[in-house]
Amino acid sequence: MCLAIPGKIESIELQYNDTVRMAKVSFGGIIKEASLEMLSEAAIGDYVLVHVGVAISKVDEQEALKTFKYLEEIGELGELEDVDDYLPKKKE
Amino acid sequence: MKFLAEYRDPELAKQYLQEIKNTVTQPWSIMEVCGGQTHSLVKNGIIDMLPKEVTMIHGPGCPVCVTPLHLIDKAIHLALQENVILCSFGDMLRVPGSSKNLLEAKAEGGDVRILYSPLEAVQIAEANPSKEVVFFAVGFETTAPANALSVINAYRKGLKNYSILASHVLVPPAIECVMEDVDSHIDGFLAAGHVCTIMGNFEYYPLVEKYKVPIVVTGFEPLDVLQGILMVVRQLEAHKAEVENQYARIVKEEGNLEAQKMIFEVFEITDRLWRGMEIIPMSGYQVKEKYADFDATKKFKIEIEEAEENPECIAGEIMKGIKKPIECPEFGKKCKPTNPLGAPMVSSEGACAAYFHYSGLVEEY
Ligand code: SF4
Repeated sequence: MCLAIPGKIESIELQYNDTVRMAKVSFGGIIKEASLEMLSEAAIGDYVLVHVGVAISKVDEQEALKTFKYLEEIGELGELEDVDDYLPKKKE
Repeated sequence: MKFLAEYRDPELAKQYLQEIKNTVTQPWSIMEVCGGQTHSLVKNGIIDMLPKEVTMIHGPGCPVCVTPLHLIDKAIHLALQENVILCSFGDMLRVPGSSKNLLEAKAEGGDVRILYSPLEAVQIAEANPSKEVVFFAVGFETTAPANALSVINAYRKGLKNYSILASHVLVPPAIECVMEDVDSHIDGFLAAGHVCTIMGNFEYYPLVEKYKVPIVVTGFEPLDVLQGILMVVRQLEAHKAEVENQYARIVKEEGNLEAQKMIFEVFEITDRLWRGMEIIPMSGYQVKEKYADFDATKKFKIEIEEAEENPECIAGEIMKGIKKPIECPEFGKKCKPTNPLGAPMVSSEGACAAYFHYSGLVEEY
């Protein structure tokens, strides 16, 4: 859970009376929301390191692709998937 | 040499290894603080390729491992309440509490949900106004901005049914604790790159001053770790003790100031118990009085007894670098990822799990 995963900002929308920027970030095709509140200089098309839903740093494209591939190779991208679907459901 | 061929840049990895061999003249013990680095070292076989003079000691940098037993019991207790939705990162699910884990609480009917981000927990709270939503907010400095932001978002939305059970821990006091322990003898540190992405490097200068140990801020990929080790070894051999930044492509000297502002809006520094270790002064974050309504420890009167740790588990000694996982008598015997006696065998960042899965020491899963 301590990993930060690089992804590309696809779109940005404003929330909370336009005070907060949320991005849709693509991680090799998996789209997740990420807050840009702590990275005010980030723009559409930028690559950012995202940690549990918050963009924490910009990265250049080469670096982003390299790191993403490494995480993929070692099987560390699991946290992007919705694990909850696979867990035992509450007994009614 | 098992994994070397799979590196993106095996040549460069070999060069770093060669350079470490050429530089080192005497034995050194280097601690990688971050559990992600431990995994990189073990999983990629680096640990077996280093010259015999360089001993890597695995540090306490796994938030899942150091979350106190009592807090895990509290989370489980909350999860089993009728009106509570307990949200957590997936890593916490199988960590043993004193009688069960969160996964078992879920099977017993507790509403436990695994999330990628605490921000999703706020959305769940908004969608379920009749329920109390609690996020089990564990993590190092890297995770603190997201957990803080979840509180801020709940505040902005005017939610009354969202709170966090915070168990935040901080790296610099842990380094200090390791250095003060008479049984651990560490010559240099690899500091955790992503922690410094948030906090910057300035907290490490006083440590270098005080303990005369090199601290190199390092990333987590194999080449990063190798380069970090080389930088520490070079300093040690030259009798230097400085803060250096191997991960400068990501880590800025001052860190991420916006994230720091977010953290200190919501959290303040407090003493914290590290599971298996001890209470380390000023080593964690707690929710500030201003946001007390979002602090699960204040919101719910959780009265459960302090349970004893499993005496067979020596996780504390492992996290302080005094022993290696294979020196634990139960490693791979009674204690396996399918039946963990302690947290370091469960967490994806735990040292015992890394040894179990990748070191080739245990044949059977
Ligand atoms: S191998 Fe198991 S029992 Fe031993 S220290 Fe690690 S987690 Fe604890």
